[in-house]
Amino acid sequence: MSEGARHANSRPQGSRIDPYFDQYAERARGMVASEIRALFAVTARPEIVSLAGGSPYVTALPLDVVGNMVGQLITDRGSVALQYCTAQGDTGLREKICEVMSLEGIRAHPDDVVVTVGSQQALDLITRIFVDPGDVVLAEAPSYVGALGSFAAYQADVVHVAMDDNGLIPEALEQAIQRLTAAGRRIKFLYTVPNYQNPAGVTLAAERRPRILEICQAAGLLIIEDNPYGLLGFDGDPIRALRADDPEGVVYLGTFSKTFAPGVRVGWAAAPPAIRDKLVLAAESAVLCHSSFSQLVVREYLATQPWREQVKDFREIYRQRRDALLDALSAQMPDGCRWTTPAGGFYVWLRLPEGINSKAMLPRAVSSRVAYVPGTGFYADGDGTDHLRLSYCFPPPDRIREGVRRLASVIEAEIDLCATFGAMPPHGRTGPDTPGPGDL
Amino acid sequence: MTELDHVVVLAGGLSPERDVSLRSGRRVRDALEEAGVDARIADADATLIPSLLADPPTAVFPAIHGSYGEDGAIREILALVGVPYVGSVASACRGAFDKPTAKALVAAVGIATPESVTLPREIFHDLGATAVIDRIIARLGLPLFVKPARGGSSLGASPVRTAAELPTAIVSCFAYGDTALIERLIDGTEIAVSVVDLGDGPHALPAVEIVPTAGQYDYTARYTAGQTAFYTPARLPDAALDTAAKAAASAHSALGLRDISRTDLIVSEFGEVYFLEVNVSPGMTETSTLPMALDAAGHAFGTACLTLLRLAAARGS
Repeated sequence: MSEGARHANSRPQGSRIDPYFDQYAERARGMVASEIRALFAVTARPEIVSLAGGSPYVTALPLDVVGNMVGQLITDRGSVALQYCTAQGDTGLREKICEVMSLEGIRAHPDDVVVTVGSQQALDLITRIFVDPGDVVLAEAPSYVGALGSFAAYQADVVHVAMDDNGLIPEALEQAIQRLTAAGRRIKFLYTVPNYQNPAGVTLAAERRPRILEICQAAGLLIIEDNPYGLLGFDGDPIRALRADDPEGVVYLGTFSKTFAPGVRVGWAAAPPAIRDKLVLAAESAVLCHSSFSQLVVREYLATQPWREQVKDFREIYRQRRDALLDALSAQMPDGCRWTTPAGGFYVWLRLPEGINSKAMLPRAVSSRVAYVPGTGFYADGDGTDHLRLSYCFPPPDRIREGVRRLASVIEAEIDLCATFGAMPPHGRTGPDTPGPGDL
Repeated sequence: MTELDHVVVLAGGLSPERDVSLRSGRRVRDALEEAGVDARIADADATLIPSLLADPPTAVFPAIHGSYGEDGAIREILALVGVPYVGSVASACRGAFDKPTAKALVAAVGIATPESVTLPREIFHDLGATAVIDRIIARLGLPLFVKPARGGSSLGASPVRTAAELPTAIVSCFAYGDTALIERLIDGTEIAVSVVDLGDGPHALPAVEIVPTAGQYDYTARYTAGQTAFYTPARLPDAALDTAAKAAASAHSALGLRDISRTDLIVSEFGEVYFLEVNVSPGMTETSTLPMALDAAGHAFGTACLTLLRLAAARGS
């Protein structure tokens, strides 16, 4: 035996590194290291063209002006900005939020609004107050990964409802409700991103909106309308919100992450009074109160800066990038690929040729210096292997074109591999299939 | 021994093991700082060479895993820049990183390694996947283990128990490389034996036995604390431990490695020890086996890193 081995303790000591491993709640079972998440650690490097993350292009903000504004805010009202506030949020900010929502036809009183840490916390609070383990949540197929994460954390059973290029299909919704109700399942709410949906990029058609409201009203089903991209449409005026036509049946979630900056972490929920009261109490137990500083920064920004003009600038930047992505896809994608044409927002949803698995392809894409998000991250049931999400919000147009060129080569090679071996089932363990918020 | 002015820990890189490398690098850096050394982390990017030239460190501790870190490329750069570094020279890394080459070199000095074939992606395309796969199974039988010829952290690696699983395993392997190493799977006790040279020649550290709580020792089991139980030393008969220690030391020597390596082995139910692969830049994370082995041998992690850097500095560039 070697010297080192002789030095060792003769009695083997077993270790699992984490002494509390067996103490975790069932809901933490999926919180594990993931190959896919490891790949996204590479995508923040400048050598990689990342079409994966959904980071807004905050560089377009007048950062010097915002900086001066924030400094002045502390000088003038630091004793308020650096103090606790109420769990419902700053009254002045809630008044401003009502003005923002009025652009989408919503008539709300500041009392209807609860300020949250991004709209993600609103999702968490909504799920917390409504969902018991095993309850059904209806969500579009595909659906926003952050929402699926919240639903999973509260052990909801997510049932996906089909979409097409015009958004959620009313007949599919109606059938899902009938089927689940007949099976004795408790459906707690419908979660929908009606405008420029993440990840699909599609928008719920105007003629479908009354029908969706009608179906949910008939079933007594609450709608959670998540609308982070509503003011980022490329054509025409903002689309009328679902809540504008049914304030008692719809909880509206909004955020300043896309129209101002995600770093301030300010979002909100506008809810019927009874739900609002529970959200306030849930928020209080979760965080006591939100950041007074962030809330006053946003309030000051809305009150003193030309924020509507800034949103127009954002829209133009994203429209140009959307065009660059769509043009490059048309020019370079192999036969068999299909993709959506978003009229706003951040994302294109691309369907791969038959037999190609977007999750299996990701390591090869990252090796080729391009990244996307595999479609599986947007389904709670393992579906989505044949899709991927492309984001155009952050990289400039020339980088988008280069990214598509690289991706097209990767898909071509994948088609060849598929022809050699045939279509492959998904491989490997589950785990987070999407980047973290900081992975560009 | 040479005093260290300041040192650089190389971590990151562009391989899928970047995240693991950053964790390894931070742990080495923290241990060195705790030992009183001025240590900073540097990535393998366009700033590396200018920064090394502008402010040459006393020595470099490479903690980059996967390509760049283990294929010799970054060591060539360090040699070109003229800074001393811990670990093996580039030519030895190239032989060790390529698993089929390493298997052949260690087999040549009498160490058992599972029978295998190494095939590039093109051969399946040109000759027909079905015909090639049929011959693999006819020759090697089942079960099998498929992994990329180059790479680590179990990325793209999977066991194959039935013939139907083999095509999927090969395709998964090709996600991380263009050449597949397909070897007979030996059921047994999985152990990792690290070899370090702290100035008195290379010594094998106590074997660390690896027992995933569920299924395979894959990426999730490696890097999720609690998903794998580690026993140090491994719960094996002394004879098997002795054979494993000698195999790791022999592999280290046969591959021309220097300072530090980790050899992954399987000990069959009959006590036979099989070489699987060797790592020239072993993981240094909280769930990595080399720091566990150092601890079991009575070496403080930071002190061992410090000693390796001092020896490298004394050796020069």
